[in-house]
Amino acid sequence: MSISEFFHMGGYAVYVWSSYGLAFVVMLAIFIKPVLTRKQIIRELRMKYRQQERQQQDNAQAEN
Amino acid sequence: MKLPAIVHKFSSPRNFYVMSGKLIPWFAWPCLILLVAGLYYGLIEAPADYQQGESYRIIFIHVPSAWMSMMIYMVMAIAGAIGLIWRIKMADIVASASAPIGAAFTFLALVTGSLWGKPMWGAWWVWDARLTSELILLFLYLGFIALQASIEDPRNAARAGAVLALVGVVNIPIIHYSVEWWSTLHQGATITKLDKPSIHISMLIPLLLMAVAFKLYYAASVLMRARSELLKREQNARWVREIVANES
Repeated sequence: MSISEFFHMGGYAVYVWSSYGLAFVVMLAIFIKPVLTRKQIIRELRMKYRQQERQQQDNAQAEN
Repeated sequence: MKLPAIVHKFSSPRNFYVMSGKLIPWFAWPCLILLVAGLYYGLIEAPADYQQGESYRIIFIHVPSAWMSMMIYMVMAIAGAIGLIWRIKMADIVASASAPIGAAFTFLALVTGSLWGKPMWGAWWVWDARLTSELILLFLYLGFIALQASIEDPRNAARAGAVLALVGVVNIPIIHYSVEWWSTLHQGATITKLDKPSIHISMLIPLLLMAVAFKLYYAASVLMRARSELLKREQNARWVREIVANES
């Protein structure tokens, strides 16, 4: 089987390659989403914790 | 019925987070290897079909996606039931994390089926029992996601979602047996029947490779989703603070 025959898929190239292409895109998206979400959550939580610490320090100073 | 204490211990958020973190690579790497092997055998090694020519190669995506669409639904419903009965938070999180992945596979099964149907049946879509029940499955997933998104309290959202998922389980045997109960344009079972599979070994191998790869893919991605959700829900716990602090 030659390369061009492979891509031609016996005349069904449009159907076969759009099936595989779509599956690739959807599965990649589903896989990457939680990686990005995790990074974002960690970033948000780090800010939140820092703010809390600052507030605690301020309160401690105010009491003194 | 009470669950043994060990179940609660291992399903505690912290344990789940640590253990799943170790498990994910063990699912993800074999998944990648099996995917490459499946694509090689499916697209290059397997011969063309004597009736369908090369177009049949779509089944290596279509059939595993359709199997996953039903399997993930069952996981979602069972996890939902466990959350409902034993109030295990992790089960609720797994149910919610499964829904988008299940919806994605249902969508893929429908679209790849359509892309195969056009050249083979001459129609993108027919209102046949198999296709219609699979479309209902997609709506069940979307309904579950929308319902949970509309309820703010996580415990109430989990409960409502679980009830919806459990009611929708009735659709699963309908999908599976639709090709027997009604005269459908969609073909009958080829692999999942008691008789010998009526598919040649050269086509069965890539199909099974892809099917196992898809299962591992689901396992890895549902755990990744559950872990993110866990960090968000447990953000006031000390162990989450430690993880965030250690993350560069």
